[in-house]
Amino acid sequence: MNHEELDASLDSFGDALASATRVTPGNALRPEDIAVAGAKPSDEVAQYALHLGDDALILAQRLSHWISRAPEIEEDIALGNIALDVLGHARSFLTYAGLAWDKSEDDLAYWREEEDFTSLQIVEQPNGHFGVTIMRQLIISIYQHLLYSKLLESTDETIAAICAKAVKEVDYHRDHSAAWTIRLGQGTEESAAKMRHALEVLWPYTGEMFQDEELHRTLGDVAVLPSTLREAWEKEITDVLAEAGLEIPKSGMAMAHGRVGEHSEHLGFILAEMQVLARKHPGASW
Amino acid sequence: MAPTTPQEPGLSAVPSYEEQQSQSRFDALIGDDSRIEPRDWMPEPYRKTLTRQISQHAHSEIIGMQPEANWITRAPSLKRKSILMAKVQDEAGHGLYLYSAAETLGTERDELNDQLLTGRAKYSSIFNYTARNWADMGAIGWLVDGAAIANQVPLCRASYGPYGRAMVRVCKEESFHQRQGFEILLSLSRGTEKQKQMAQDAINRFYEPSLMMFGPPDDQSPNSAQSMAWKIKRFSNDELRQRFVGMIAEQVKVLGLTLPDENLHFDEEKKQWIHKDLNWDEFMNVIKGNGPANAQRLERRREAHREGAWVREAATAYAAKQEQSEVA
Repeated sequence: MNHEELDASLDSFGDALASATRVTPGNALRPEDIAVAGAKPSDEVAQYALHLGDDALILAQRLSHWISRAPEIEEDIALGNIALDVLGHARSFLTYAGLAWDKSEDDLAYWREEEDFTSLQIVEQPNGHFGVTIMRQLIISIYQHLLYSKLLESTDETIAAICAKAVKEVDYHRDHSAAWTIRLGQGTEESAAKMRHALEVLWPYTGEMFQDEELHRTLGDVAVLPSTLREAWEKEITDVLAEAGLEIPKSGMAMAHGRVGEHSEHLGFILAEMQVLARKHPGASW
Repeated sequence: MAPTTPQEPGLSAVPSYEEQQSQSRFDALIGDDSRIEPRDWMPEPYRKTLTRQISQHAHSEIIGMQPEANWITRAPSLKRKSILMAKVQDEAGHGLYLYSAAETLGTERDELNDQLLTGRAKYSSIFNYTARNWADMGAIGWLVDGAAIANQVPLCRASYGPYGRAMVRVCKEESFHQRQGFEILLSLSRGTEKQKQMAQDAINRFYEPSLMMFGPPDDQSPNSAQSMAWKIKRFSNDELRQRFVGMIAEQVKVLGLTLPDENLHFDEEKKQWIHKDLNWDEFMNVIKGNGPANAQRLERRREAHREGAWVREAATAYAAKQEQSEVA
């Protein structure tokens, strides 16, 4: 059987690219495109892309655990969809970052150690019950939506291009998590209590999202100073929480420094699971 | 023509004039290869058979998510992770189409789900095997989805409209699934020695179970004749199995791997593929609930259902409040 015959034999069933459940507007700029375009970022730009990529990667890894475990099939699909979008963003950012160091997205995802990861601690937080996952998603989606919207103006064309695709997708994630927050906040006493619990356990990790680093200042118009997102973020999330009948907890902020490799105790387990197979077969391609 | 539906013994065996008229219209539609639609009259056994078949198919999609979801978090490259996620998500989508198709026959999704959770409904036995290594993602796509497609393509012409139409969409998407499976095996077969072994091991384990997905041999398949008369089923179990085994016998050569069936060959005289005797005792035993993962698969569904109860209750309560405030 030659290549064409094989193709026809596999093709006899229909559309090879058809997928039932892709409802958001396409994938982020494909990592393959970025690798080919080959605009090599500076070390600092790569470091920034790594931040964005690590957040997305760890979040995708967390979310993907829900697939086949959600409260209803519609949510298996929705959470799977969000995970898939976010993984797409991660792949684009990591591919771009890797160009600076001659590394692939997989080199960065599978062969770095815990302390080399730069993800925010909020994305490492456990899925918990459905309400915790939804609240984590609300927190991060509003944040990413603001951030990516501003990065459309980034003077780094690749970062701006990745965000141009990603921003439409995180807009949907924001809608999805806001709708659920309101539904659960107003649903039953039990669901409202669970949402208050979700806010309590997650809120301390929101502070880290707005910490400015030396890197952001060095990068100037390539990046966005995280502290400048705070006001808009607080306003937006407060509005959603108000509609849900929830209040921002009075708790303080955790000392969290994921950007410099100081992570929660969760990350090690996340990486152990994610990397185990790849590391069993060094040098293999898949 | 003879009625397509057997008459029940007893008093109901004497149909009323209206029933006879409806039965003839139904028979004529089937005879013309037309479609039966939800509002059309249909004989009860036809409705029951379809409800059972479509809901079993839906359950299979939902349970079938598990062996693959098992590997999403450990997929060895981000691209593979992304493809696998899309695939498992598709299966949830297929489950939804099919539950909707089943609902048009008058049974609610909650009831169908309850049948699954309480063990009253069956699902495809193949998903009671475990996915032990990464290559299983390849073998499941290539062999399990491949067998499913061979089964399902003729169902696109099933006499019940909503089922046939759902199957058209499902089949298109299944093709992507089979390809990604084959591609996984292709990469492994071109990889390191360990990767090749992994691929061969997966094929060895899934070959027989995938051939058994077509059901028992024709002479031991009691319900097939009725389904064929109703034009739900278009080809017999053995015909479909033949078609499938012929296809994979060729495709496996591209992989440079082998099927665990040394004497598999095409008999020119009989014009058929001769494959090894399949282990139907094992098949029946898995159906009875004693496969490697029956208990695990059902418990995962029950757990998701149990732990999601508060979410569904909240959603219902919220919807009711919204409705009230709209009325007020």
